[in-house]
Amino acid sequence: MALLSVDELTVTFTGRGRRDVKAVSGVSFDVDQGQVVGLVGESGCGKSVTSLALMGLLPRRGVTVGGRAEFDGTDLLTLSPGRMRDLRGSQLAMIFQDPLSSLNPVVPIGVQVTEILARHRGLKGEAARKEAAALLDRVGIPDPTRRLKEYPHQLSGGMRQRALIAMAVACAPRLLIADEPTTALDVTIQAQILELLKELVDQQGTALLMITHDLGVVAGLCDQVNVLYAGRVVESAERRELFAAPTHPYAHGLLGSIPRLDAPRGEPLKPIRGSINDTIAWTDGCAFAPRCDRYTLECLQGTPALGEPRTPGHQVRCVNPVFSRGVDELRETALESDAVETAGTAAAADKEAGA
Amino acid sequence: MLRLVARRLLQLIPTLLGLSVLLFIWLNRLPGGPAAAMLGERATAADKARIEAALGLDQPVWVQYGRFLKRLSELNLGVSTQTGQPVWDEFTRAFPATVELAFVAMLIAIAVGVPLGYFAARRRGSWLDVTAVSGSLVGICIPVFFLAFILKAIFAVQLGWFPSFGRQTTGLDATEVTGFYVLDGILTGEFDAAWDAFMHLVLPALALSSIPLAIITRMTRASVLEVLGEDYVRTAESKGLSRSTVRGRHVLRNALLPVVTAIGLLTGGLLSGAVLTESVFAFGGIGSFIKTAIDERDYPVLVGFIMFIAAAYVVINLLVDLAYSIIDPRVRVH
Amino acid sequence: MSTKTDKIDRLAELTAAAETSAGAGLWVEAWRRLRASKMAVIGAVVIGVFVVVAIVGPWVAPYDPTAQLWRGEVFPNQNVFVGPRGENWLGLDHLGRDEFSRMLVGARQTLLVGVVATLLGFTVGALIGGVSGAALVLGGKVGQRIDTVVMRVIDIMLALPSLLLAVSVAAVLGQSLTTVMIAVGVVQIPVFARLLRGAMLAQGGADYVLAAQALGVRKRRIALGHVLPNSLSPVIVQGTLSLATAIIEAAALSYLGLGNPDAAVPEWGVMLAQAQRFFDSAPMLAVYPALGIIITALGFTLLGEAMREALDPKLRS
Repeated sequence: MALLSVDELTVTFTGRGRRDVKAVSGVSFDVDQGQVVGLVGESGCGKSVTSLALMGLLPRRGVTVGGRAEFDGTDLLTLSPGRMRDLRGSQLAMIFQDPLSSLNPVVPIGVQVTEILARHRGLKGEAARKEAAALLDRVGIPDPTRRLKEYPHQLSGGMRQRALIAMAVACAPRLLIADEPTTALDVTIQAQILELLKELVDQQGTALLMITHDLGVVAGLCDQVNVLYAGRVVESAERRELFAAPTHPYAHGLLGSIPRLDAPRGEPLKPIRGSINDTIAWTDGCAFAPRCDRYTLECLQGTPALGEPRTPGHQVRCVNPVFSRGVDELRETALESDAVETAGTAAAADKEAGA
Repeated sequence: MLRLVARRLLQLIPTLLGLSVLLFIWLNRLPGGPAAAMLGERATAADKARIEAALGLDQPVWVQYGRFLKRLSELNLGVSTQTGQPVWDEFTRAFPATVELAFVAMLIAIAVGVPLGYFAARRRGSWLDVTAVSGSLVGICIPVFFLAFILKAIFAVQLGWFPSFGRQTTGLDATEVTGFYVLDGILTGEFDAAWDAFMHLVLPALALSSIPLAIITRMTRASVLEVLGEDYVRTAESKGLSRSTVRGRHVLRNALLPVVTAIGLLTGGLLSGAVLTESVFAFGGIGSFIKTAIDERDYPVLVGFIMFIAAAYVVINLLVDLAYSIIDPRVRVH
Repeated sequence: MSTKTDKIDRLAELTAAAETSAGAGLWVEAWRRLRASKMAVIGAVVIGVFVVVAIVGPWVAPYDPTAQLWRGEVFPNQNVFVGPRGENWLGLDHLGRDEFSRMLVGARQTLLVGVVATLLGFTVGALIGGVSGAALVLGGKVGQRIDTVVMRVIDIMLALPSLLLAVSVAAVLGQSLTTVMIAVGVVQIPVFARLLRGAMLAQGGADYVLAAQALGVRKRRIALGHVLPNSLSPVIVQGTLSLATAIIEAAALSYLGLGNPDAAVPEWGVMLAQAQRFFDSAPMLAVYPALGIIITALGFTLLGEAMREALDPKLRS
């Protein structure tokens, strides 16, 4: 059985005097022990809201959460706030997008690390400080005992994100949710942070839910990928399968929009037209229809069901799936992007060591 | 840290010098000049000339300013035309009363305002929030002296719960040590005197606290609301920390930073308010003294007191800035 | 995807945003939010009533507010006062004058003091702050020096507690209605100066200013055409709030005996100060003008706060 099993998760924001906004309208996916699962989509597709809902961090007022999210057999969505508090930080942990604003500016790094050790592992005083230093060391922060006394603004962007990761893995959680952990960082640092996450996940057997809009991150890290559009999973596949054969027109467009080094000079980039604002409700049909090239009237007959039109286990929510691009041609691209990823990581690691 | 203190102290010098120029100009611009002010309206021209020569007013302006500065530095501010006492002596006598009053008022404002603002923000939109916000809006719109008057009329005159004027019941034989009567009573073990002084403080302090209370409440509320939306509070929650840790260490600690700065700035208003409340309650501090000085056109006292109050204000803000640099690590480094 | 293209995009976005905010967009949006705010509506209604009373008051007042028409009925020394009755809706004051007429006529004086004082503080303060801010935005060593000197003077003014600053001014200029207006106005100068300079400084560092500079727009045009208009909103908000402060502060000056000495012309602050003496026997004589002051000040405060919220970009969704 999966470690985390999300089933038809819905999140609706109900403002006073305003129209209800459905941020997540029925997301389902599984995360297995030790697996890295990607949640991919453009901004506004509901991926961050999904992660906050799983962590129980959405405000209680003005938000309605539906569906189930079973973590090790218990439904996270109906858990009492107190029990959720016990789980957060110990079993479930999260890393956020902007490391500077995610750290308390007036509390030393050391306290921010030890407080979680005190809460979940009962470590106090010298023992907590020792463990905190060991944690900082493990996430690759040099001179950890000195850093413990420092404040967030005294650390570099990469160091801050490492400190946040140290806090997240402090209690060896079984599931780690990373919400765009590299977006606010320089490209060189991005690769290092991803490498670190990979290492930690491998060492601890932690499952990782990776939320990102960066296909490079997906290619380098994820085992299983879920593509989100307008609050629903539109395609779910094993990583290589997805890169080799993107079948939903949205996923296809997403992968097709990546600029290619081997493209002929002067060839225009291929964006997906329109924006996520050009969306209809899923109940009226496929939300992607207004932006889709393959749109037919069948698209508007209610929510399309998830099917497996190409290979077993490769789920696609589309009535007009794309079969056009050859599997082999695309497989090459996927392998290439893997190679680029590792090369970049190595170069960046050298740089950091020098700095 | 020491360098910061030194730099801030150096920055004080031009401010105080500028203040002295302002006061000097003011003294010389008094209707009819200082000589007329001293002699009254029926002075003859000869008298006036004599006094002016004696005061050195026939000298060039910059010489006069130099002498004014010299006297200031010797704390020699002339003699009160009402009492015939040196202004400095009057000042030191009245100062503890005002400090005591302002201190208690500020204490009330902080002790009530911070929790009120905090809970109003946490329960945004509740009746507590609505009451706190509208109460603080009304609070800054009530003239302080009118509030003092109402409090006095109801709680002192009508109900008789508190004394209606002064700092101490007349005839009470209390030993004076510091000039802060409540403290004196406690220090000397004369607890009845301490209680008596405290009862005298309640109403004026309540009236005086109204504006800082309103402002601190609103600032705390706005600040807490802002901090509650910060990413680091979400991080703290994501770590599963206990509610009290999240609220104390992560919310309040950040939310109170701007409030600390405001407290410094509010002291100026507090001293203005003290002039009004003290005169309503005949409290016998600097405020009462300034009110009589205005009534009697006692200019040496006015100039001296304003200079000292401004200096006190500047020093208090310096202290607040230093306190701020201790609690906010981001300022400390620079 | 790269940070470079991100930056270019952001720049374009911000220039566009700056263009709209310098134009109508910001104000239209603020106006819409203002109308939706209960606070603003209540404030505006209170101010409206006050202004109407201030304008028509002297014509609709049933009696001459300065004439001691019922002198023989009031004996303050013996605690004999006349309360509300058919011909005098709010009773008589301590000299046997119609309190209702005095309240109506007094509104005009109170409004006059508030508006003139605030205008004075606004104009002079905005001028000083604008020069200082423009000097700083235009940059250069000279600009910085001008700013330092100006701000030092402003800091000195701020160091004086407002009431004492007003007292000093009033004492120098002698007692008159003009004095009260100047004294209360002078107190506001440093507030406006500080505010405008601060806002201009914040705007001066904004990305759209950098963008304008990169496009080769002349510095003076940037300072006057972009930075200044975008910095005005907090100053306008402060202006509204200052009207409340001015009215309260004028009342305080009256209480200290530095108000308009011409007691024949009714003004709420002076009326309140005078009525304090008879508070024990005729408390309502103090309560009427006090309520007038409190409600009016509250009206301006409500509108000012609502405007601040409407114009705050952080609160905009």
